Amino acid sequence: MIRESYLNALTVLVLLAVPLWAVVADEPFTITLMTRAAIFAIAAIGLNIALGIGGLVSLGHAVFFGIGGYAMGILAHHAQTYTAVFEWPLLIEGTKSMPVIWLVAVVLSSLAALVIGILSLRTTGVYFIMITLAFGQMFFFFAISWAEYGGEDGLSIYVRNGFPGLNTLVPIEFYGLCLGVLLLVLVFAWRLSKSPFGLALNAARQAPVRVETVGLDPVRLKLVAFVISGAITGLAGAMFADLNRFVSPTMFSWQTSGEIMIFIILGGVGRLFGPVVGALVFVALEHWLGGLSDYWHIYLGLLLLLIVLFGRGGLIGMVSGRRAVHD
Amino acid sequence: MSLILLIEQVLNGLQFGIMLFLMAAGLTLIFGVMGLINLAHGSLYMIGAFCAAAVAGATGSFLLALIASLAGAAIAGALVELVVIRRLYDKDHLDQVLATFALILIFSEGTRWVFGSFPLFLDVPDFLSGPITLPGGIEYPLYRLTLIVVGLLVALGLYLLISRTRLGVQIRAGENDREMIAALGIDIAKLYTIVFALGAALAGLAGALVGAIQSVQVGMGEPVLILAFVVIVIGGIGSIKGALIGAILVGLTDTLGGIFLPEVMKLFFDPSTATSIGSSLASMAIYVLMAAVLILRPSGLFGARA
Amino acid sequence: MTEAVLETQGISKSFGALRASRNISLDLKPGEIHAIIGPNGAGKSTLIAQICGTLKPDAGTVKLLGRDVTHDPARVRAQAGLGRTFQISSLAMEDTVLQNAILGALGASGRPWRFFSDAVRDRDLRAAAEEALNRVGLEDQARSRTAELSHGQRRQLEVAVALTLKPKALVMDEPMAGMGSEGSKRLTGFLDNLRQEAPILLVEHDMDAVFALADRISVLVYGEVIATGTVDEIRSDKAVREAYLGEDA
Repeated sequence: MIRESYLNALTVLVLLAVPLWAVVADEPFTITLMTRAAIFAIAAIGLNIALGIGGLVSLGHAVFFGIGGYAMGILAHHAQTYTAVFEWPLLIEGTKSMPVIWLVAVVLSSLAALVIGILSLRTTGVYFIMITLAFGQMFFFFAISWAEYGGEDGLSIYVRNGFPGLNTLVPIEFYGLCLGVLLLVLVFAWRLSKSPFGLALNAARQAPVRVETVGLDPVRLKLVAFVISGAITGLAGAMFADLNRFVSPTMFSWQTSGEIMIFIILGGVGRLFGPVVGALVFVALEHWLGGLSDYWHIYLGLLLLLIVLFGRGGLIGMVSGRRAVHD
Repeated sequence: MSLILLIEQVLNGLQFGIMLFLMAAGLTLIFGVMGLINLAHGSLYMIGAFCAAAVAGATGSFLLALIASLAGAAIAGALVELVVIRRLYDKDHLDQVLATFALILIFSEGTRWVFGSFPLFLDVPDFLSGPITLPGGIEYPLYRLTLIVVGLLVALGLYLLISRTRLGVQIRAGENDREMIAALGIDIAKLYTIVFALGAALAGLAGALVGAIQSVQVGMGEPVLILAFVVIVIGGIGSIKGALIGAILVGLTDTLGGIFLPEVMKLFFDPSTATSIGSSLASMAIYVLMAAVLILRPSGLFGARA
Repeated sequence: MTEAVLETQGISKSFGALRASRNISLDLKPGEIHAIIGPNGAGKSTLIAQICGTLKPDAGTVKLLGRDVTHDPARVRAQAGLGRTFQISSLAMEDTVLQNAILGALGASGRPWRFFSDAVRDRDLRAAAEEALNRVGLEDQARSRTAELSHGQRRQLEVAVALTLKPKALVMDEPMAGMGSEGSKRLTGFLDNLRQEAPILLVEHDMDAVFALADRISVLVYGEVIATGTVDEIRSDKAVREAYLGEDA
């Protein structure tokens, strides 16, 4: 058995070493895969705040991933066609600047999470799952019918957006940027889980009545967690769109919501590095199994089933032999 | 916009709603009795459609195809219950979601592997094709009308099953009090398998019936599954009556919204903008309906109060 | 006459045909322990739920420190100074004992919206939590996971969490249940001293504890208070003996 902290250190080592090796060995595709994993990890860390700490089983996080993606797609599309996003009531133009796009993505996905959260948190349990899934589908169909931005076909962006001081077209530089964001988000999630808010949220998941009796509002705690969670997943969506230079309604699909959840489960629910390990393993499986068989989802499904039925605690839990999550 | 068109669209909405009911009834029954949220219910719908298409292709008989859909989905349902689902009753909702999500992956890819990625087609049988003239001179496809009738008959059958039969007594006992079933000397494991297979058969039937007016393909089940969830949220979990009324509401809202919202928008915008805005809004109409129900009655129209 | 800290005036609650609370009026004065006893199914839990705000009465009012809180949720009553312990422990089982106590202190501070600082290392929160744990004698278990505590220790932790709120009144639902005689004796001594700090509305089955502690006792039968009085008055009350103490007396 390996201690969880060693496993976490190993994960960071993989995040650093594999891309560096890929640069030396001239394997740019490996860098792209690692970038993909890093961005998925960010999305899943977002969901893990709502799911792992707050106990909110959201099957609609694709909404935020998609909003982030479309924020990037729409702003960059207008910038590359030299048109304005809005001319009235005030002029808003497109942009190719990543920081600006990220800000817009975070703000819009927070707002969406606020509205969806207020509605969905009126209920709990299975209702919550079904409602978040339904809202996801609503955005999916809306994106499909939004002909102005490509409808079903989505939008292509020809040149990756820029970040001050970096050449984002060089794979390793863009990866470095994504890794930087991932590490920042990890630190944030770690601080949050230890913070007064995190402690209260954690208790709200386990014993909402208790939280209420000490004078705190469990629903409001969960709502704030849901908004933070949505904002982080939205940021990941904008980055994912930039990685592919393409957005489409698929980002809003229920499969996307399911995949973000799978990252967490593969790694381990409520564990800081669970989403990171899960995303790395998912991308590796997707690459290797996907190369072996067109039907690799069968194997993914079987693996997932085995983990749920027999290996609660995810891969980190299995390797470290520690089932309990919080301390 | 004539009255005839309106009636036609109402019938379309009704037909869509009734098919959603077949899905939602199984889901809500399974949740009510076993406390299980089953995302793989859409896969059973797909399995029903594929069984029907395969049998219709081989024998040319639509009735045999329907029987195959019921049997195929029920068998698949019973097998899944025995192998996987029964291990999930004691687990939390997250595990149920993940395991049944895993089942979707397995079923979808498995079906793609066996039947390929191209859609299959299931034809409406000759004796049900063509229009029928309704009172008032409205021409309406006979097959769609048949769907409405069949769906309502199934609803009636379910009602009788639950209110009049021994199995129904057991199901109601299961919904109210798990201890009581054991006390009544009922074999719970068997009851659960039967309820799950029954829900699966209903989903399979819906898949086959709808498969004849749409194409039969991998992934056909999940959009319907999610709509069935909307139905359940609106109707209230565990309530068959809620499922029926919720399904019809959703069916009508979706169909009528798709027709009328663009028309309404034409009052405010030029035709092409109106069509685009109207259809965007129409795609969201049922979710707005769901949100409204959530605000007014968080546990659904007929749900037990939380 | 001293002003009551906690008071119910004519509260009633029905569930369908079952009238769980019938026109219940009782109060809790500063410095006293007011025990509520009654047979199972008498409606004690329903009464507590209405006092603490998890159930809304059909009629009547609940007053805390002279203020009408009938329509306030449990959270607001807690903020106003109403502490509560549960019959069935309601604690964050995966968390440590200290974290549970800190949750109470955090609720009392009213400042949960801090996302970066470390809750367990926060000086004020920790001091308040440790003080409460010390008082109930759980200081040595502070780092243990709550799930690993014994039944009696969970009860102690329930009390500690309530104490972190610096409550003005306490409602305790069967704090002695499932405790060994040694534990009950210690808790009895502790509550005895606590009454000056916060008066206690005590629902309890353990008659030894009730008779040892209570300044006043109210007897609840079929949702109705049939008698209120001192220990001696209740012991000699005829209606009570018939309705409740019958088999013992």
